[in-house]
Amino acid sequence: MNWSHFFTSSVGKKLTMALSGLFLVAFLLVHAGLNACIWANDEGVMFNKAAHFMGANAVPRILEIGLFVFFLIHIIQGLVLEVQNRSKRGMGYAVKIGNRGSKWYSRAMGILGSIILIFLVVHLIDFFIPSRFGGLTEVMIDGKPYHNLYAEMKYKFAEYEYRYIIVTIYILGVIALFWHLVHGIQSAFRTFGVTNHKYIAMLTGIGWAFAIIVCGAFIMMPISFIAGWLS
Amino acid sequence: MEHYEMNLTLKVWKQKDAKSRGSFETYQVKNISSEMSFLEMFDVLNEQLIQEGKEPIAFDHDCREGICGMCSMYINGRPHGPWHGTTTCQLHMRAFKDGDTIVVEPWRAKAFPVVKDLVVDRIAFDRIIQAGGYISVNTGVTIDANTHMIGKEIADKSFAAAACIGCGACVAACKNSSALLFLSAKVSHLALLPQGQPERNKRALAMVAQMDKEGFGSCTNTGACEAVCPKEIEITNIARLNRDYAGAALASDAHKE
Repeated sequence: MNWSHFFTSSVGKKLTMALSGLFLVAFLLVHAGLNACIWANDEGVMFNKAAHFMGANAVPRILEIGLFVFFLIHIIQGLVLEVQNRSKRGMGYAVKIGNRGSKWYSRAMGILGSIILIFLVVHLIDFFIPSRFGGLTEVMIDGKPYHNLYAEMKYKFAEYEYRYIIVTIYILGVIALFWHLVHGIQSAFRTFGVTNHKYIAMLTGIGWAFAIIVCGAFIMMPISFIAGWLS
Repeated sequence: MEHYEMNLTLKVWKQKDAKSRGSFETYQVKNISSEMSFLEMFDVLNEQLIQEGKEPIAFDHDCREGICGMCSMYINGRPHGPWHGTTTCQLHMRAFKDGDTIVVEPWRAKAFPVVKDLVVDRIAFDRIIQAGGYISVNTGVTIDANTHMIGKEIADKSFAAAACIGCGACVAACKNSSALLFLSAKVSHLALLPQGQPERNKRALAMVAQMDKEGFGSCTNTGACEAVCPKEIEITNIARLNRDYAGAALASDAHKE
């Protein structure tokens, strides 16, 4: 069997989704961890240093290329699968099976993923693009100039006239991410072939815990700014 | 359980042939016994239709004891009706009450085209089995039963997978019309046993390739298949198939044209 046969088969395609998905899960952990530096409440000194490291050091920059590749694979493959799978039914049922047997979020991965994609575009325009391609103010820390990404966050979430809309979009995006992770993490391990009920239960629990902790942290970031908890 | 009789309204999918459009027809049935099976209720309705000079409703059935996999009705939004782990033929009318309206549809999947009314063509499943769902054994003297020692728990898992009757409820329930629960059960019951090992890799690859060719969707692990399976085939079989398939694909040599 050639690689092309493997990756275009139905099982190969879901393995691609699982592998790229878990890479993105690892990224979320790093992203949440670094962003948590805003809660040092030191007017963004620690956060700006962390953001500077991510943008300047070779290792995160190389990983960043991988991140974009995996994002593209996950998005394109996900959308293609969604369209292909939806085309397999033909005529639908008059009485839908609904939640009898499957959870709504497991069936809504395509919709949840699309909401996350829209959120991702908004998010990249808000922070990633000005951070990498210019548009941020500078701040002096220990006598050296740094991009003031913290000030940008503070502006978008706490000072901007449409801040309530922005914060609402961020909260909705992260809620979609939460349900996407609850199904996606355990589903990925099933795709890797975990058959033991003991480990499936454990991995499902880890999926829930990860989603609660990481998404909880993400949601609290804009809320911390808009509520004025940060200096 | 107390016996009772009921009058029901049935909304049944009627379709002349594969090319026709089809639509729901409404029927009234009276004095249906709670002890009848769902198919017996259909027999009563069909006799009534024949007496009225109308065409009876076509539906698949064979053994009527829950082991052949022929019955295939999608009843009130669920394959094989409301009872868990039950085929349509084993569904009894005590699952319903007087005055109920029951909507009956055929399995809906492009890979299972409607032949007539509630009858769908499930030959795609046969072709998946033909692609590799068997073991090639040389004929000869009967092999001693104890030649291969198999642990009870392994034998039980294999047997549980082998219980799949190929009815297609998994496809009918899956939002993607995926046949992976069926396929994984057929792969698993052989993959778990020593007799299945020589062709294990070849089998997984060939059966998945055939399934994809038949036009079933991809599995997204929603679990709807497991919930509606009349034989309670576990979704963990799909995980085993995923592992077998990935292992077989990675181990296989490049295909030479």
